[in-house]
Amino acid sequence: MLTLDLFVNAIVAGILLGGFLAAVSLGISIVFGYLDIVNIAHPAFVVLGSYAVYILNSTFGIDPLLAGIAMAAPFYLLGILIYRFYYAFFERHGAESLRGLVFFFGILFLVEVGLNITYGVDYRMVNAFYLGKSIEIGLVGIPYRLLIPFVAGVAMIFIVYLYLSKTFYGMAIQGVAQDSLAARLMGADPIKIKSVAFGMGMATASVAGALLIMISPIEPSMGREYIGRVFAIAVLGGMGSVVGTLVAAVLLGIAESLTSTFYSPSMAPAVSFGILLLVLAIRPSGIFGR
Amino acid sequence: MKKAALLILAVTVISGGLLLTAYIENQYFYFSTYIVLQYIILATAWNILGGYTGYVNFGTGAYFGLGAYTAGYLITNFNLPLPWLIVAGGTSSAVLGLAIGYLTLRLKGVYFSIATLAMSIVIATLIINTPALGGAKGMYILRPKEVSFFSNYMELLFATMVIIAVFTVALAWFIENSWFGRGLAAIRDDEVAAACNGVPVLRLKVLSATTSGALMGIAGAPYPYYISYMEPLSTISLDMAVNSLAMPLIGGTGSWIGPVLGAILLSTTQQVATVTISSEYNLLIVGILLVGFVILAPNGLVGLFQSLLKRRTD
Amino acid sequence: MNGLRVRAVRLGKYFLCAIAIVAFTVPAVHAQKPLKIGFSMALTGPLAQAGKGALLAMQIWAKDVNDGGGLLGRPVELVYYDDQTKGANVPLIYAKLLDIDKVDFIVSGYGTNITAPAMPLVIDREMVFISLFATAVNQHFNYPYYFQIMPAGPNPVVDWSAGFFEVAARQNPKPKTVALLAADAEFAQNAVDGARENALKHGFEIVYDQSYQMGIPDFTPIVRAIKARKPDIVYVMSYPPGSVGFVRAAKEVRLEPKIIGGSMVGLQYTSIQMNLGPTLNGIFNYWFWAPEPTLNFPGIEAFLKKYQAEAPKQNLDPLGYYLPPFAYAYLQVLQQAIEATKSTDQKTVGEYIRQAEFETVVGKVKFGPNGEWARSRMLFVQLQGIESHEMVEFTKPGKMRVIYPEKFRSGELIYPFPGWQ
Repeated sequence: MLTLDLFVNAIVAGILLGGFLAAVSLGISIVFGYLDIVNIAHPAFVVLGSYAVYILNSTFGIDPLLAGIAMAAPFYLLGILIYRFYYAFFERHGAESLRGLVFFFGILFLVEVGLNITYGVDYRMVNAFYLGKSIEIGLVGIPYRLLIPFVAGVAMIFIVYLYLSKTFYGMAIQGVAQDSLAARLMGADPIKIKSVAFGMGMATASVAGALLIMISPIEPSMGREYIGRVFAIAVLGGMGSVVGTLVAAVLLGIAESLTSTFYSPSMAPAVSFGILLLVLAIRPSGIFGR
Repeated sequence: MKKAALLILAVTVISGGLLLTAYIENQYFYFSTYIVLQYIILATAWNILGGYTGYVNFGTGAYFGLGAYTAGYLITNFNLPLPWLIVAGGTSSAVLGLAIGYLTLRLKGVYFSIATLAMSIVIATLIINTPALGGAKGMYILRPKEVSFFSNYMELLFATMVIIAVFTVALAWFIENSWFGRGLAAIRDDEVAAACNGVPVLRLKVLSATTSGALMGIAGAPYPYYISYMEPLSTISLDMAVNSLAMPLIGGTGSWIGPVLGAILLSTTQQVATVTISSEYNLLIVGILLVGFVILAPNGLVGLFQSLLKRRTD
Repeated sequence: MNGLRVRAVRLGKYFLCAIAIVAFTVPAVHAQKPLKIGFSMALTGPLAQAGKGALLAMQIWAKDVNDGGGLLGRPVELVYYDDQTKGANVPLIYAKLLDIDKVDFIVSGYGTNITAPAMPLVIDREMVFISLFATAVNQHFNYPYYFQIMPAGPNPVVDWSAGFFEVAARQNPKPKTVALLAADAEFAQNAVDGARENALKHGFEIVYDQSYQMGIPDFTPIVRAIKARKPDIVYVMSYPPGSVGFVRAAKEVRLEPKIIGGSMVGLQYTSIQMNLGPTLNGIFNYWFWAPEPTLNFPGIEAFLKKYQAEAPKQNLDPLGYYLPPFAYAYLQVLQQAIEATKSTDQKTVGEYIRQAEFETVVGKVKFGPNGEWARSRMLFVQLQGIESHEMVEFTKPGKMRVIYPEKFRSGELIYPFPGWQ
């Protein structure tokens, strides 16, 4: 059943999904790439972002995407708080990252349980006038439900990319990642810079949360479905490479979409994780890794 | 002398466990202890790779599930007896461990962890797509009606787990106190330096990954009989991966006793919480326990005891 | 501030509740020893929403019974533990219920994964075991005192979808081709086996037959692949997030076959109905209960009233049409059997359930030899005339028209599917 129509649409759907997945993975890539922290709780924070958006949307009728952007500020502050805490108890003692990992697993449980206790496990969804509509361009149909997350995801990646490569703090983050001591000697406070980076990672979770709830209904433990995928994307893209994250996410999106369309949707995850294992075996630093 | 004392301890635990089955009628005891023993084995097995060499494995569920599914397949198709299931389950997971061991050749740190995570998703997907293993519909395993020596099948499963657990812990103790364990410790401290000093780094890593995998598979082999119905999504779960790395960490990764203490503490707490609190607050306790322990007891329970002892002697 | 206090009170309530479970204290209205009914229930984990709804229904049952003087003059007491939707917790929960709590009767938790692991112990102790929505468990155990309240019928796998294909085959012009899509999980995979069999029985040609893995974020590629096969019937077996994802993608891609629906779990949930609103119109799907005049069984209205008064406080499905009536009904079966036999002996009660007919809030229930309903009573409804996203929309009759079976029919199938709104 290979027709041009199906093929083109599968590619488009894969690209659209990729933009969204990149948004979800971005925080992991930043925090691991620049701070060496494995924030396994990131998908849980994305779901937390979805709930924040849900509350704003259902009580005040605020557009989900705007709500996600608005919530980025409190998420940024939350990120700084978490990093300070992490620094005080782990990093300062030079504790091995394994303990940090378990710490974030604990945080993941706490976020899930917190949502569970407050909102129950019912599925939550948002409404916006554009959801459910789609535009047709020739052979290709593009639903807004996927288009908006894609555009927002790509825009966010672009902004983060500009920030990291053009601003003082952005370059300082890159500097800290390469050589913490040198950065300190140059008068930059590495703790402060790292807090900013972690806060930024968290802020992306809020926006990604808005995109998630547009695409599918959410419940508190939904983040678990994404743990494998987002780490695969972050690794595949080369940790810390913002552009790499986008490219990897789009590649994975296309691979899954083609598998779903032409082979078997059931094998789609095996295909993408197979790709990951292959890349890890051949080029562990990822496609765009340093 | 120490060796002899531990040997006596092992024999005492096994015979004590077997004796218990003659006296305790209460089935709840066997079911709940089964889970604790399962986690003692998994945590100890995880520690042989994760604790001794520092390679953090997220794939416990996959090893365990592979062992369980191998056993399930052999039960439903050939009705093999329990010892063969254990051998077969251990072997298939050992092969997987071997493959993962070679992966350490190229992957370090979190990359290795993510590869093991990906591996468990791939294995779950493959099982889902394999009709001979029941696929997503799952697999029913009926316990044999007759059982010799014991008054019912659960007691046999319990006794089996006692023996496996003692064997596993003894093996961990042996590894720790041999050239093998010292080599692994050298790898954990500095892999390059170890290689320069003539430690056969790759061979040791592969051996430890294989041992660890085999033991997890062995832990999975009796599971089909315990659960009666297996389906891939719950058999290969992230919870198991988290538990089996959290337990050694809570207990202390440096020595064989750490995972045992951690497994007993965490899985007993989880079970007590299940039958007392029975709500979301149950998971809250697990979260708080994880966060609290890594903050307050950086070297686990063992480290905590050691520093207490030290303070007293000072 | 007020909100905080409410939360604190609720927290306190939970805590008291927990203590009540631990201490097994019951209000001492009767001097008699309480009759304990034990079970595990998904109060956390993926099925917790449904599990908590079921628990509330069971608590309403217990209160109703106790207000009416108890069972055999004894007050009933529910003893339950959270299984976290994990099968591994189930054997030890039932061992505790039987050996430590010494309950008089046990019933199952929610679903196949939770029911099956209890079976060896149930069989060992020769307990009566009524289960809540497990699929085809007893095919493997053949245990005489196993009963199952979901009305799937004596051959659950096949009977589940029989009505759907029977209705489809009756349509004019008769549809010819079928696309089957199922989630990679226990219930859906069982259901798809049956659907395949029924489709072939009625002479349909299967042009698409695939599974998808749970948790995929987007269905667009799958829906397009289905559309490319141009099927007349699209039969989907999915779980709540998948059902929403599929319906949204089908609408966007304009997948508009002659009949669309099947076994989508979740379309019966109020929160999902409110979100999808008019998009649901035309979908032809299995259902368990709807506020249609033909389904006005004795007691259901009173039960739902009590349920709906309490559900919002606990963040549960506010209408409770899906699982709660059945959770109430499976205890009614037990209750009526105990009352009729005036016995708490497992064998006596079990034998009685095997042959008697029960009048419950979900209608008349009679079990067949394997413990499933003697005759299938799967309902297939078509959603019609939904105009808004308001909850009140779904409480009115005429929105979920029962098309099958004939006995409960309350409307006509709009055929072919009129297209997405």
